Amino acid sequence: MNRSAFSLTPWLLLLPAMVLLIGFTHYPAVATIWHSFFATPRGGNPPPFVGLENYAMMVDDPVFWQALTNNLWFALGTIPVSIALAILMALWVNDRLAGRGFLRLAYFTPTVLPMIAVANIWLFFYTPQYGLLEQITQAVGLPSRNWLGNPDTVLGAMIVVAIWKEAGFFMIFYLAALQQISPTLAEAAGLEGASRWQYFWRVQFALLMPTTLFVLINALINSFRLVDHIFVMTKGGPNNASSLLLYYIYEVGFSFWDSAYAAALTVVLLIVLGIVAIVKFRILDRRTHYQ
Amino acid sequence: MMTSHVTSPFGNRNTVLETTSAWVLGLLWLLPLAYAVWTAFHPAEFATRFSLTAPLTLQNFANAWDAAPFPRYFFNTFVLVTMILAAQMVLATMAAYAFSRYRFRGSDFVFMLVLMQLMVMPDILIVENYRTMNMLGLRDTILSIGLPYFASAFGIFLLRQTFKTVPRELDEAAMVEGANAMQVLWKIYVPLAKPIYLAFGLVSVSTHWNNFLWPLIVTNSVESRPLTVGLQVFSSTDQGVDWSIITAATLMTSAPLLLAFLLFQRQFVQSFMRAGIK
Repeated sequence: MNRSAFSLTPWLLLLPAMVLLIGFTHYPAVATIWHSFFATPRGGNPPPFVGLENYAMMVDDPVFWQALTNNLWFALGTIPVSIALAILMALWVNDRLAGRGFLRLAYFTPTVLPMIAVANIWLFFYTPQYGLLEQITQAVGLPSRNWLGNPDTVLGAMIVVAIWKEAGFFMIFYLAALQQISPTLAEAAGLEGASRWQYFWRVQFALLMPTTLFVLINALINSFRLVDHIFVMTKGGPNNASSLLLYYIYEVGFSFWDSAYAAALTVVLLIVLGIVAIVKFRILDRRTHYQ
Repeated sequence: MMTSHVTSPFGNRNTVLETTSAWVLGLLWLLPLAYAVWTAFHPAEFATRFSLTAPLTLQNFANAWDAAPFPRYFFNTFVLVTMILAAQMVLATMAAYAFSRYRFRGSDFVFMLVLMQLMVMPDILIVENYRTMNMLGLRDTILSIGLPYFASAFGIFLLRQTFKTVPRELDEAAMVEGANAMQVLWKIYVPLAKPIYLAFGLVSVSTHWNNFLWPLIVTNSVESRPLTVGLQVFSSTDQGVDWSIITAATLMTSAPLLLAFLLFQRQFVQSFMRAGIK
């Protein structure tokens, strides 16, 4: 149907969604790049063109480099562990374990909670002297520690929160994939004398590879997009030790009100996401078809 | 669907160890939450002290409720997620229908434009979107929080996949009977995609109930602030840190989602699964 001549109907159907999509995704992305070459507008005058000045400032800005490195460590610390835990959780919940309904609930609950609420709960958990963590470490006889107040431990403490929040979410995708694997494969492997470990490594893990790639991409995007917990737990401190790129963009744009520099920083974030997108389309979509 | 093996093909040697580890991890996972629940339901002097004789109380919730305009925040969040969900459903349905049932020049290109939003979401373009909202004079309204999310690439993508599986004979038959395109969409496509709407709806509501950064930026009054921002304002301005009240407020703001999750656990998990499988 409707193959004959030019038809207006599909365009009318697309119009409202496309206007909003372009208005709040494509236009701001392009405008960000454009405005990164200008100074921050002050006092109603049109801002002067400054070329690469914002980028030169960025190269010399230690806080930018710190936020970027933090973000890479944050991704590196969060992703492998949460994927490994997610696979483990999915294997357990998929097996005939006692109380697996309860376990699935326990693993998945953090996913449903708002990150802001989660951050409050963990802030309390980490509180020096009163927090549960302190009570446990003190009971064991370890010295008192201010986990969030120490630049050496703060990023690690944030990574733990992110893992706790995300592992159960990724578990769901592995669970779905595991249920697609025919039980006859396990039986065959068992008959051939394979151990449980061999079966997992050679059969299950291999078959879960597309899921792992999908989860990996999502986890990467999330590690550059999710900064809510920083607002509650550390505000990027101490000494920017827990600042992430998007949080720094927020600070520059909405605490220092330097929108031009914030635009240049956003361009870096866009480049990072662009790289992720290229990896996704080159590797992932060779296997899965958008049809 | 869950399938359970009647017997493990690899023997039962490790089941005890595995069950134990799974439970240890499960309890560990609930620990921070359990701690918060303990603190919220006990008087302040037991906030960090564990005693079996500690009296239970709802006073912390009552105090939190009175200490900040939480009823208004609940209302704002409710309006926000409803508005976003309604707009997303309508816009995504129309767009998905266009992509799956019409052939037109440039449809691949337009679809690529849509998919780009999966990678570059409005969440990170905060500076420019703030400028836009200022220009439109919408800053500090509930509409301004929701507007950037009305067109959801994810929703369009999911529905397009579903609509493509509807056999064409169905709508051709309907056309023969004199139905127009809108009637076909409404009478045939939408009912067939019901599980996808449910899945997308649950994901959308929980996402926007929990969203924080953009609403924080674009709102600055009680009249437009959603719960997440309200909670943050409440717990950061409250000088003498009273953990009993803060944890009570925290649980209160998460409670509706948590309750919905406990009641519809299976649908939730399956929705997230369905939404994730492409």
